[in-house]
Amino acid sequence: MKIEFEHRQAAHCESGVTSNLLRISSQGKITEPLAFGIGAGLFFAYIPFMKINNGPAIAFRTLPGHIFNRTCKSLGIPVTRKKFRSTEKAEAFLRASLDNGHPVGCQVGVYYLPYFPKEYRFHFNAHNLIVYGREQENYLVSDPIMEGTNILDRYQLERVRFAKGALAPNGHIYYPEKGADITDEQIKKAIKSGIKKNVRNMLGIPFGFAGVKGIKNTGHKIKKWRDKLGLQKAGSYLAQMVRMQEEIGTGGGGFRYIYAAFLQEADAWLPGNGLAEVSAMFTQAGDLWRTAAVQAAGIYKGRISSQRDFDLMGDYLIGIAELEKEAFLILKKIKWN
Amino acid sequence: MKKDEVPQDLSSLGKITKEVCYATDSTGKYVTELSSGWDVKIKALDVAWNDIEKRIESARAQVLNNQASPLLFFMEYRLMDISILADYTGFWKWQIKKHLKPTAFNHLPDKKLQKYAAAFNIRVEDLKNMTVHED
Repeated sequence: MKIEFEHRQAAHCESGVTSNLLRISSQGKITEPLAFGIGAGLFFAYIPFMKINNGPAIAFRTLPGHIFNRTCKSLGIPVTRKKFRSTEKAEAFLRASLDNGHPVGCQVGVYYLPYFPKEYRFHFNAHNLIVYGREQENYLVSDPIMEGTNILDRYQLERVRFAKGALAPNGHIYYPEKGADITDEQIKKAIKSGIKKNVRNMLGIPFGFAGVKGIKNTGHKIKKWRDKLGLQKAGSYLAQMVRMQEEIGTGGGGFRYIYAAFLQEADAWLPGNGLAEVSAMFTQAGDLWRTAAVQAAGIYKGRISSQRDFDLMGDYLIGIAELEKEAFLILKKIKWN
Repeated sequence: MKKDEVPQDLSSLGKITKEVCYATDSTGKYVTELSSGWDVKIKALDVAWNDIEKRIESARAQVLNNQASPLLFFMEYRLMDISILADYTGFWKWQIKKHLKPTAFNHLPDKKLQKYAAAFNIRVEDLKNMTVHED
C-alpha cells in the first residue's frame, strides 16, 4: 500500500517529524515553527551530577517526545504511541501501522544510523525520524534533517530503534490518529497554551538549574571553569556546550531562531498581542547565543585563554538570561484578545 | 540572524546534506535557508574527537601495559561508558568493572566474551587481540 506522505526537510528532528506527520490533517498549516512553539520546545537546563561524553549535560530543548505529544494534545488529536521490550513485536507493530496507511514517527539512537557521517555518531538516543513505507525487507525513511529520504534494512532499523544507553528509545513509535481536520480555532488555542507552557518551563522551575535561571547560573559557572578545570578541559566543556546548543540545523542560536519564527507566525494567527515584538527579542537572543558560541570557539581553538575571556563568555550567558527573562515575562503578562 | 549571514563553511555533514536554518529576510520575515555548516561547530566537533582519540590511545597503552583489559580499549573506541555497555550486554556495572581488570577478563568464558563482542560489533578474537577493522 502506498502511503500519502511528503518528505520535507526541517531544522530540528522532532518539530520536523511532528509537522510532517500533521501535514495532511492540518492542510499544511502546522509548520515546523508552529509545532516547535505549540509543543513548547524551547528550553535550557544544566543537569547537575550528570555527564555526557565526559562533559557537562546541557539541554537547549525539551525531552524527546514532548514536542509531538504536546502539539497533538493541544490540537485535540488522539495519539498512538508505544514502546516495546521485544524487537519482534516492535517490528510487527510498525508493519501493521504502515499497512493501515500511517506514516509513523520513531525515536532512534544515532550511533548506528548508517546515513549519518561518522563524526556525528554519538550515543545520542533522542533523534526522530519517520518511516513512511516498506519495500520487501527495506524501510523507507524520512529523516527531517536530511535533504532527501533514505532506506534502512530491517536490521539497521531495529538496531537504531533499540539503541541502548541514556534515553534508550525501546522501539518508541508514535503517530497521530486520522480524524477530523484541524480547525483554525484549535490552532489559535494551541498557540496560546504552548506559549503559556513555555513560560512556565523557562521561568517557573525552581532550584536554578533550568530555564532562564539555569542560563544565568551556567554563566557564573563558566567564569570558574578556567581555574577549576584547567584550560584544556574548560575548552572541551565549552565545545560540548556549543555542540548541544547547535545540535543540527539551529543556525547557532540554540533553537532561539525557531522560536522567534514561531512567534512571528503566531502573531499572524493572533494579531494585536504584541507577539511580533517578542519575536524580535528572541532573534536578538539567538544572535547573542551565536556570539557566545564564537567566543567559546576562540577558547577551544586556543586563540584566547585569559580569565577575562572566560568572564566575557560567562557575561554573554548572563546577558542572554536577562533578555530571555524579559521576553518570557512579556509573554506571561499577555492579556489575550 | 539574517539570511545572508547563514554560515556556509563546509562540514562533514555538509558533504552529505545541507541543514535548514531559520533566518530573517530583508523585511525581517523569517524564512528557511540552507547551510553547509559552521566553522564554530566544526571546531567544537573536532575538539570532541581529539579528546576521544586521546582516550582511545591512553586505553590502548593501559591494555598493552597489562593495567586494563581490552574492554577498556573497545569502550573508548565505541564511545561507551560502563552504563551504556551494561545496557547493551545485560551485565551489571560491577561485573564490567571486574572484567576491566586483565586477570578477570582472561578467565571469561567464550559465551560472555561473545556478549561483549556483540555490543562492540566485533569478533571475539578481535576483542581478545584488540584488533580494529575500520567500519
